[in-house]
Amino acid sequence: MALHLRSAVFRREREQTWRELEALVERTEKDGVASLDAASLARLPTLYRATLSGLSVARAISLDANLLSYLEALSARAYLSVYGVRERPGALLAAFFAWRLPAAVRGAWKEIALAAAVMLAGVLAAWLLTMRDPGLYDSFVSPGMQGGRNFHATADELRKSLVGHDESVDQLGFFAAWLFSHNAGIGMMSFALGFALGVPTLILTFYNGLMLGAFLALFQSNGLLLPLGGWLSIHGPTELSALVLSAAGGLKLGGAVLFAGREPRLVRLAREGRDAAVVMMGAVLLFLIAGLLEGLGRQLILDTALRYLVGWGVFAALLSYFLWKGPR
Amino acid sequence: MSDVAVLPQDQADRLVREVVTPEGVVVHVRLAAASARLGALILDLAILIVALMAVGLLTLFAGGHLGRTAGLLALFGLRSFYFSGFELAWNGRTPGKRMTGLRVVNRRGGTLMPAAVIARNLMREVELFLPLSIAISGGAGIATDAWSFAALLIWVCVLAFLPVFNHDRLRAGDMVAGTWVIVEPKPALLPELVSEATGAAYRFTTQQLTVYGVKELQVLEEVLRSPSASRQALECDVAQRIARKIGYPNPEAAALDAGKFLEAFYAAQRRRLEAELAFGRRRRDKYDA
Repeated sequence: MALHLRSAVFRREREQTWRELEALVERTEKDGVASLDAASLARLPTLYRATLSGLSVARAISLDANLLSYLEALSARAYLSVYGVRERPGALLAAFFAWRLPAAVRGAWKEIALAAAVMLAGVLAAWLLTMRDPGLYDSFVSPGMQGGRNFHATADELRKSLVGHDESVDQLGFFAAWLFSHNAGIGMMSFALGFALGVPTLILTFYNGLMLGAFLALFQSNGLLLPLGGWLSIHGPTELSALVLSAAGGLKLGGAVLFAGREPRLVRLAREGRDAAVVMMGAVLLFLIAGLLEGLGRQLILDTALRYLVGWGVFAALLSYFLWKGPR
Repeated sequence: MSDVAVLPQDQADRLVREVVTPEGVVVHVRLAAASARLGALILDLAILIVALMAVGLLTLFAGGHLGRTAGLLALFGLRSFYFSGFELAWNGRTPGKRMTGLRVVNRRGGTLMPAAVIARNLMREVELFLPLSIAISGGAGIATDAWSFAALLIWVCVLAFLPVFNHDRLRAGDMVAGTWVIVEPKPALLPELVSEATGAAYRFTTQQLTVYGVKELQVLEEVLRSPSASRQALECDVAQRIARKIGYPNPEAAALDAGKFLEAFYAAQRRRLEAELAFGRRRRDKYDA
């Protein structure tokens, strides 16, 4: 008796398509989509859709378990190849700078405001407290961080510490790279800690503010506020912005966990998390600029007025970029 | 009638999830087990540490200001962007994941976005690098007293064991990025069991073909597709049992050429059940009335 199984006939008719897709998918898995020539690339989505429809048909008419699991797996693999990370790096970077980054930063304005306010509160608290009681300085700035800048130093020593650094000029690039990687590491930590409902991020931000405030008090009590301002201005606005952006990214994560609104918590977290990652990448960029300004600019530009000008000029340029670049 | 007529055997598995492709077709993927994830991570960490040491040594010996600056930046880049760099370049795979056959995908079935890759790997700062640095330094420099050290330890443990405690095996990074990690699906298409000539020598009555359902059919398929070394004895046993159960007039003859008999029975049974399927009736197993 001749057996014309519908499912066997169906398989015979379609198998060619599946094998072709399998070969293409195997190649993309091994060498990436870029390894396909134009004709194969055009074929991939067609074959993928044909196989998906084949899967739907097979589920309705066939009881061959091997065939079904093969089609299922092939569809899943092809789906991953067709819908993977597809944009080319160049296009990705262009889109990032043209609108993704500024849009994400604008979208995080509430978190940025909160982080900036907490940092400012830290600055003011430590500044006022240290002005009243210099003994508190050591608890705001750990002795390891002071580098000789404390209330035991004379005004003259403090003034000298603002002028140059011990690094000779040919060490500056290394110094800048060290500053960048160190600070960006702190920023990323502050970001990731935001997952714990944002609390550690806020503490870290406040603590950073405290250090700055105590520093300001130290130099003010020696009548050196203006030169310190120049010393800090050249990289400070950019570096503090980077810290605030990192913290804002972290707060976005914490906020999504705490205030999910009507969305399921995980859905909201995933949406906010991706925006937060873009903000954090912006922060890494700012850390790089700040590292260059601090490592190179501060050692090469010694005039206080010029320091103010360069530092705040860069800050103004960054601010206008974040505020006005891209569609709003 | 449900559009999913039959699901592969492992569908009952706790780790199998449905992904709806943008074309609206449901595709099943299997989530990676925590142990597989750990294996991939250990491989990646080993690679990362070797790479860091290599770059570190190069930097030391390269000397020169430019060399040391480049080395420092390379160390930072490796440490911070090893995972996200590979996942971006290799479509959700790092070397460790590739070796263990795992892959990161979008939980909702769309494109794996670059921002998601960055987000899930930024979380490694607290999930991976913080615990590592605590393990190495004993928490010095991060937690200064016993209480903050205890808090830190609890926090680190919560994060580290998060994937074991939620049923989608999500780590914090996956939650933040809307991703999950799946096993790369790779079954092969085996030859069709039914040909035009199959079963010409055997005949089964309608009565005999109403005993079993889809589940039994697919178990039989598994027997027929099993490696030939162990098949002979198994087939003989199965053939006898089937012959008895369906009341085949001549069980001894069935057992004599068990392979042929089973193929014939498989073809007839599948034909019957698939015909029923075409009319919207699906007999799940032998208990299904």
